[in-house]
Amino acid sequence: MAMAEKTVTRREFLLQVAQGTAVAATGAMLWLYMLRQEARAHPFALRPPGALPEPDFLAACIKCGKCVNDCPYDTLKLAPAGGNLPIGTPFFTPRDIPCYLCPDIPCMKACPTGALSPELNNINDSRMGLAVIDIENCLSWRGLRCEICHRECPLKGKAITLETHPRPISKHAMFYPMVHSDACTGCGICEKACPTEEPAIRVFPHKMVQGKIGEHYRLGWTFETEITQDFKPSAPSAAGSAPAKAPKKAPGMDYLNEGGL
Amino acid sequence: MSAIEPTRQDAQASLDKIHTRTLPQRLWSWRYIVLRRLSQLGILLMFFGTAHWGWQIAQDVPLLTGNLSASKFAGILPMADPFAVLQIFLTGHVLQTEVLLGAGTVFAFYLILGGRVYCAWVCPVNMVTDLANWLRMRLDVRPIFHITRNVRYLMLAAALVLSVVSGVAAFEWVSPIGMMHREIIFGLGLGFIALLAIFLFDLLILKNGWCGHLCPLGAFWSVIGHHTAQLRVRFDASTCTHCGECARVCPEPQVLNLKKIAEVGYVYSGECSNCGRCSPLCPEGSLAFDLRPLIRKHNERSARVTP
Repeated sequence: MAMAEKTVTRREFLLQVAQGTAVAATGAMLWLYMLRQEARAHPFALRPPGALPEPDFLAACIKCGKCVNDCPYDTLKLAPAGGNLPIGTPFFTPRDIPCYLCPDIPCMKACPTGALSPELNNINDSRMGLAVIDIENCLSWRGLRCEICHRECPLKGKAITLETHPRPISKHAMFYPMVHSDACTGCGICEKACPTEEPAIRVFPHKMVQGKIGEHYRLGWTFETEITQDFKPSAPSAAGSAPAKAPKKAPGMDYLNEGGL
Repeated sequence: MSAIEPTRQDAQASLDKIHTRTLPQRLWSWRYIVLRRLSQLGILLMFFGTAHWGWQIAQDVPLLTGNLSASKFAGILPMADPFAVLQIFLTGHVLQTEVLLGAGTVFAFYLILGGRVYCAWVCPVNMVTDLANWLRMRLDVRPIFHITRNVRYLMLAAALVLSVVSGVAAFEWVSPIGMMHREIIFGLGLGFIALLAIFLFDLLILKNGWCGHLCPLGAFWSVIGHHTAQLRVRFDASTCTHCGECARVCPEPQVLNLKKIAEVGYVYSGECSNCGRCSPLCPEGSLAFDLRPLIRKHNERSARVTP
């Protein structure tokens, strides 16, 4: 009798353990699902200057809003619950208020966790995003003299330059604004200033707009590409002065470009 | 400790004392509720005033920036939620000194005062769940089911494990506490829906459901305060008549196991949030806030006076 009781108790116990585990596992999976949904919410979020790469930023940000407090232009906002941005993280919308690139970077200094990296010393080195021009709707590209983005750009001449082109039926040149990713901070002052109804120049996170060539392509006409160093025809001051160095073996070389044929 | 067990008549006499209280006595018995609301709202107001009206303590020294996750008081004192910091640490991120210092400060504060002092005196969600609980008592809502209050420790463990697994601070990303203070300080979103859910859950489904059963932050602070809290509710067994009013109003009634707390001399459980409901209500004055090192002496003296 005592034995039988004990067996039932053990079975009940094991069942209870199984039930408890099932409840815990279901809860944990739901929770994890919510986290995944939230963390991959929206790829368009523009982060404050110095923000770590997005996954690290999302892990490190404690959602305290001190960067928002210390932003003198009210540029930064905290993403509310239920919006399409990861909950509680700081972001900005350039068309509303762009980042005015404070030289003392108060938002970054306010960050207690390092989600806004303290390694950013010069605000012009920040890379919050990249401005992209819709050349079909840009007034300058359509032939009007606008160039407001170029004039407003805090890194005018570096981040945005103007290229002149002759036009077929008029003696006046076209002035094409061009964005250069090596200098554009993504502050969005251009997007704010753009006079078109919907901005023809907009800032996006780099991942959304930038491609990547890949290392196996050789650009034979550039001086930087190793494979063509020996027959570089017009390299300045290279001719005759020093013996041509044997080119380093680049990856992806085979008989086709090593002269084996 | 008295050798004579209190009788049913003693208990009834105690209850009568409560029911015949005058209005000033009754108002006085709400003192801790009023103080707690002042504390909870005052902290939110300091955050809000600093964020929206530029409140300063001196020229260019903001009063209290940030929110309950991390903040800075008067430009010098960093504070941070140690539970949030622990979760971020578990995601594998190297944290900066400021937030570690802040977490250490807050941790030390509650370690000495009692961890769940946060729950009753600081946490804004407490106002929502207190309202639900008050309404539940008023409407006499019957319980549907019971679950063990230890579920919260499971939630605590899950928050830590899921932080490792998901790479983000698991509780911070779904925390209704975070949603509430962030949205009060930094602007409205849909976080109030989560609060409404908690309100309805506590009101109609499970009494003290969120704060008393599920909240992992409450569980975290329960663990922290358990052995080190210096501000505790002293229990004077010699005057107690076992009328049971304290356990009826206590949001964590399991901490008021009279037999056990009579042995120890005070409410020792880390799950006690020092909310101060029991103490002003007790008609015999058997429960009162006291400093832990003095409790034994006070109880001995009281036992001598009342045989």
